[in-house]
Amino acid sequence: MSKPNKFLLLALGLVTLFVAPFGQGNYIIYVLCSWLVFSIAAMGLNLTLGYAGQVSLAQAAFMGIGAYVTALITMAGISWFLAMPAAVLSCFVIGLILGYPALRVQHHFLAFVTLAFNTLVFLVLRNEEWLTGGSFGLVPIPRPTIFGLSLNSQFAFYYFALVCFLVAAGVMAWIVHSPWGRGFKALRENPIRANSLGLNTRRMTLLAFAIGSAFGGLAGALVAPLVQFIEPGSFTLIHSLKILLMVIVGGSGFYFGPFLGAALVVLLPEMLRFTDGYYLIIYAAFVLVLLVFSPTGLIGLGEKITTNLRAQRVARNDLKNGAQL
Amino acid sequence: MSVATKPAPAAGESILSVRNISKSFGAIKAVQNVSFDVQDGEVLGLIGPNGSGKSTLFNCILGQYPADTGEVLFKGESVAGKPAHSLNKRGISRTFQQLSVFPDMSVLDNIIMAGQEHHGTMWSRLLGPPDAGLTSEAEQLISFFRLEHLRHEKAGSLSYGQQKLVDAAMAFMAGPGLVLLDEPAGGVNLTMLEYLKERLRTYNRDHGTTFVVIEHNMEFVMSLCTRIIVLAEGSVIAEGTPPEIRANQRVIDAYLGG
Repeated sequence: MSKPNKFLLLALGLVTLFVAPFGQGNYIIYVLCSWLVFSIAAMGLNLTLGYAGQVSLAQAAFMGIGAYVTALITMAGISWFLAMPAAVLSCFVIGLILGYPALRVQHHFLAFVTLAFNTLVFLVLRNEEWLTGGSFGLVPIPRPTIFGLSLNSQFAFYYFALVCFLVAAGVMAWIVHSPWGRGFKALRENPIRANSLGLNTRRMTLLAFAIGSAFGGLAGALVAPLVQFIEPGSFTLIHSLKILLMVIVGGSGFYFGPFLGAALVVLLPEMLRFTDGYYLIIYAAFVLVLLVFSPTGLIGLGEKITTNLRAQRVARNDLKNGAQL
Repeated sequence: MSVATKPAPAAGESILSVRNISKSFGAIKAVQNVSFDVQDGEVLGLIGPNGSGKSTLFNCILGQYPADTGEVLFKGESVAGKPAHSLNKRGISRTFQQLSVFPDMSVLDNIIMAGQEHHGTMWSRLLGPPDAGLTSEAEQLISFFRLEHLRHEKAGSLSYGQQKLVDAAMAFMAGPGLVLLDEPAGGVNLTMLEYLKERLRTYNRDHGTTFVVIEHNMEFVMSLCTRIIVLAEGSVIAEGTPPEIRANQRVIDAYLGG
């Protein structure tokens, strides 16, 4: 895509995000907020898995850690603006520690290590009642206020979440377009070669986990005030799989992949509600067909179509200019 | 290119010293007490029949396997036990037997990747420009290998020979004083082979980069290298210029199984 077209599309996307909640009911705005929050979590997993090639089935656990840290701090009367950095930082550090097994095991072994970690986090959240409230969860989690302005309405919270989302997306864009992004991709494509070219693959693996997890922590810091109630069941393995699905369906390793993936996973079931009991079947069938035809997800599908069109155009021009087969 | 800025070496100075390296795998003595020096700026060939210990020796030099005994000095400093990225930062670069590009990245990105870790700190790489300021340097190497028309193609979509050229360009981009080439001629067609040889020679002449070449293709080694070391059954059996090696009876015996 040419540069002006890209900017136009980006501007159009931003305008759509800005006007999306206009005239919508509370429930729709809540769903849109969920999309923003899950996009942030999926963006993080996309860095760990899509760019750096490290399988992780624990992103929901990091959302959980972020959500509980935020909930506990804000419920103690401390501002969300202090709770959020604490949530992000704790996930960064725990993510860094979770990265250590990745230095020794890869692929499905690593998947099981991270899966075990997710289960461990769930058990701690459920069993340590004195801190986490156990199965009853934590309630009521206050929403942040900005300059005395309350974010209690869903409408106001949407814009708050949108700003957080845009800042996170900006930071992610910076990372993946910097030499670090190239380093992460090199780590995914050929770690031995990358190492022989001076890349400290050990450090990059740990960073991929830490940064990806920190994004999970930010998503958690937003989910707590959004729902205002958290319980361990919201951060189980099935939720990690859902975030993984977002990354894969959107297009793993593509910057915009997680946004599309999260849109599909969060919004499509809502849109298909009119089909009553069939919506899950239609949804599952759609995902299956999509991944069979385009293993690189929605972004890959888009690329496939545009490349085909471009190739035809090139061929037509060649023929017009008298090229022969 | 970065290599051009390295200080001129004193004539005959040894850049790499391999001293008494031995390595066994169980009862198999893969490398036995091998010693040699590589002079700065020379093109040294390391040959030997299959199983003679060339690759093991290579891996010991690069720290992929710890040697049982002996040491490796690079510019007078011991490099034993150093991880690959640290060796590369000291100025040792390598190519691999198998294709070793980053297939899903463009040719330009592959070559920039090869250089970026040598510039600035980890933080300056995050905060600095996306290409780490290396586009023009990478473009020079792309022109050197006449890959201009492929610079934005994904490296994985290139032909085998072209990928070998990208691989070599990456090894040079890392700005090393010493490049270890692991079977550069393997699987490359004759035309490409001549081209690769000519490019390696030109680079060595213009930049003074030292090459150590492991190779099976005798013609390639004989015409590229200035000095050759022959290994058989883990030991050095001969050392000399290509004509001397050709005439050496022990080498002929080793190759013919005599």
